[in-house]
Amino acid sequence: MKERNDRNNSSGKESMFLTTMSRLAKNKLAVAGLIVIVTMILMAVFAPLIAPYGYEEQDLYNTLKGPSAEHWFGTDDLGRDIFSRIIYGGRNSLSIGLVSVFFSAIIGIALGSASGYYGGKVDMIIMRLLDVLQAMPAILLAIAISATLGPGFINCIIALCISQIPGFARMSRASCLNVQGMEYIEAATSINARDFRIIFRHVLPNAISPIFVQATMSVATAILTSASLSFIGLGVQPPQAEWGAMLSAGRNYIRGYSHIVMFPGLTIVLAVLSLNMLGDGLRDALDPRLKN
Amino acid sequence: MVRYIVKRVLMMIPVLLGVTLLIFTLLYFADGDPARNLMGADATEEEIQELRAEWGLDDPYLVRYGRYLKQLLIDRDLGTSYVTKQNISTEIISRFKVTFLVAIESTVLALLFGTVLGIIAATHQNTWMDNSSMVAALVGASMPGFWIGLVLSIVFALKLRLLPASGWGTFAQTILPSLSLAITSAGTLARQTRSSMLEVIRQDYIVTAKAKGVSRFKVVYVHALRNALIPIVTSAGMQLSWLIGGAVVTETVFSIPGLGMYMVTAINQRDYPVIQGSVLYMAFAFSIVMLLVDILYAFIDPRIKAKYKNAKKA
Repeated sequence: MKERNDRNNSSGKESMFLTTMSRLAKNKLAVAGLIVIVTMILMAVFAPLIAPYGYEEQDLYNTLKGPSAEHWFGTDDLGRDIFSRIIYGGRNSLSIGLVSVFFSAIIGIALGSASGYYGGKVDMIIMRLLDVLQAMPAILLAIAISATLGPGFINCIIALCISQIPGFARMSRASCLNVQGMEYIEAATSINARDFRIIFRHVLPNAISPIFVQATMSVATAILTSASLSFIGLGVQPPQAEWGAMLSAGRNYIRGYSHIVMFPGLTIVLAVLSLNMLGDGLRDALDPRLKN
Repeated sequence: MVRYIVKRVLMMIPVLLGVTLLIFTLLYFADGDPARNLMGADATEEEIQELRAEWGLDDPYLVRYGRYLKQLLIDRDLGTSYVTKQNISTEIISRFKVTFLVAIESTVLALLFGTVLGIIAATHQNTWMDNSSMVAALVGASMPGFWIGLVLSIVFALKLRLLPASGWGTFAQTILPSLSLAITSAGTLARQTRSSMLEVIRQDYIVTAKAKGVSRFKVVYVHALRNALIPIVTSAGMQLSWLIGGAVVTETVFSIPGLGMYMVTAINQRDYPVIQGSVLYMAFAFSIVMLLVDILYAFIDPRIKAKYKNAKKA
């Protein structure tokens, strides 16, 4: 009996991870989401190998053609292959989503845990700062920031990153406040552990699961928002391929050539849907009590 | 209650001041020269400098911010547009009515679809009805609103010729924009409704109500829905404010002369006063909506009302 307990303790972290994963593996929607999103990422990474044409390759004799054997998703107004542009576009769209959420999670967690752990004046200042950022809808903040920075890949990431910080900060603050009263935190404090150590070794690992779910969902939101930014001309600039920008360029041709906006749009829906399904699955796997 | 509202309104003041500082600072560091932009390529350097001086673009940061605040607070004016030379406040108010109408119409539609779908899913938990409505809700929540707009106008305006694809003025012209915004929100609301209904349905008072023979309809819509309403209202409030932002993009799809179109045009023309004014106005509207949602809680849930009352004594 004692031996079993010891073994459980020594592999405690791993078994938690494994239980979560095995629960996740049973959720068909989540697995489907994971497969689709991983496939999309791989296709974007290996775009030059997979895409039948280059993203800038024009064929002016074959403009605005509908789907065919040569061009699966048809061609756009410059005769570029839409299927290839979607694959290349994934490089921009997916990396904007992933990178912006990565940085906003780091900044948000740092702000939130500092705020939750120290309380008092630090908390006051950080929370008022977040109040200002949250005084407008996130998409409006992203638009305002990219309007100032100007269009482009990096600027788009910065705008999305800042606009998503409040969500992460508030969430990690709440999680920190939740574990704050626990005995193990008191124990760590009583043996005079440094604040940094307490936050990173004891508070965060116990508060991370909701943040993880939030991050998955945020990538989905970031992809949607970046598509909106591109649509109003603030995102990645032509001739670079990006899903939102493809919609923006194609909107003038919807009369008669609707394939030009259908396929990039469906790709966005598929990516966002997969991420949302994965996020739902992760939430249920990490905390089965929440599942109804 | 009144005291709570007054306190909340007072708390809005520093936040909105913070927003003016944020927006002003962002645009202060923005690249691109609005004077050069407006005058065009063939303007001489002197002409551009003259215009910069006229707009006070060369003054130090604090002087410019102070002047902006004075203009906002004392003259109660958002300034004039660099490009059209028209007063921004009057323009924004007339355009905001349009945006707000679209946002309200789509919130109503989203609430209608979302709650009904969510209730159906919750009352038929784990059946095909539950699964299919939740998949539909998830797909709805995953679509970009402006793309739904494009698809709806392809189907209903270009192919079926049932509704106008763009413009503003008649009720028919509001249907497609509202619907395209509503579908996304309805998805989110349906998911929220389902989970909060499921939580309530397991409570003892629902069992009691069923046991004493209250009709199924009454149990669901009176006993359960009323208690499940708080998270739904929060979600709806979030959606309304999200729609004010989302309308910015959707308005450009349908060429609706709302605040969003105004802002997007201003962004392309680097018309800073207009960008500042629109963002500030939307932040203001957003804060008001959030406040109203908070007040609404008290009317839905007597427990929260009691808490507000207690805060008054303390």
